[in-house]
Amino acid sequence: MVLLTRKTEFSASHVYHNPNLSAEENRRIFGKCNNPHGHGHNYTLEVTVAGEPDPTTGMVLDLKELKDILEREVMQRMDHRHLNYEVAELAGQIPTCENVARVIWQLLDPKITQGKLHRVRLYESPELFADCYRNGANPAVKR
Amino acid sequence: MNNAVKIELGRRYRFSASHRLHSPHLSEEENCRVYGKCNNPYGHGHNYVVEVSLSGDVDPATGMIANLADLDAFVQREVLEEFDHKSLNEDVPAFREKVPTTENLCMEIFQRLKNFPTAKLERVRVEETGKNSFEYAGDNQEGNRP
Repeated sequence: MVLLTRKTEFSASHVYHNPNLSAEENRRIFGKCNNPHGHGHNYTLEVTVAGEPDPTTGMVLDLKELKDILEREVMQRMDHRHLNYEVAELAGQIPTCENVARVIWQLLDPKITQGKLHRVRLYESPELFADCYRNGANPAVKR
Repeated sequence: MNNAVKIELGRRYRFSASHRLHSPHLSEEENCRVYGKCNNPYGHGHNYVVEVSLSGDVDPATGMIANLADLDAFVQREVLEEFDHKSLNEDVPAFREKVPTTENLCMEIFQRLKNFPTAKLERVRVEETGKNSFEYAGDNQEGNRP
């Protein structure tokens, strides 16, 4: 088993606000992330695919194909967008790092047909990230 | 919520501290041989990076596994206030008897953070420098992920 990771970056804006909570509760829970006009981040996305290298090509999957999938599924949807208003898959969810990472997992998982999606790591900043794994996957798979 | 995906939250913190690697169970020569320049009697320091990984359900009301303000305050109180700009050997009771290698430091930080009340601590990863890092997940084999 080999793990292959491709990294990409996108920039997007968001705001944390739950319409079912009062203005004070929103401010208390979300702090400055509740600023009504939103704010933005440079996100870094690391996508890891697990598989056996094809004996003919030596590849788990063609990196160009992975790059194209990331471009289509993530970059075109999210880069230079407002995550609250312009990404249908996030409608009704607070676009936290956890939720954005999960949406990216759900977008990528069915598209990666060579090898298996192993991990999605999304950095909102160098100090904050969310990881997604397949639930129940063998945790013994190491780097 | 989609249970096919397990989500973890990772947060990084920094602190600077000094240490000296020296075991009272070894002779002077053995200490020197085992720890090399890390055995220098006056100690030396590092800028440590602590990466904390938590898992749990994403609360639909907040979109969060854990509120970052709560996590930051907890880590500040349990770790950073006691370690930052300190001598690990002299100022942290756990290292009076134990050599403050980053292996032991990583385990000590895990013990201090494992009772975080609102999410499960999966693992702690500590970078001693940009070139060395250590991870500890306690007894939690699920936490030993890439």
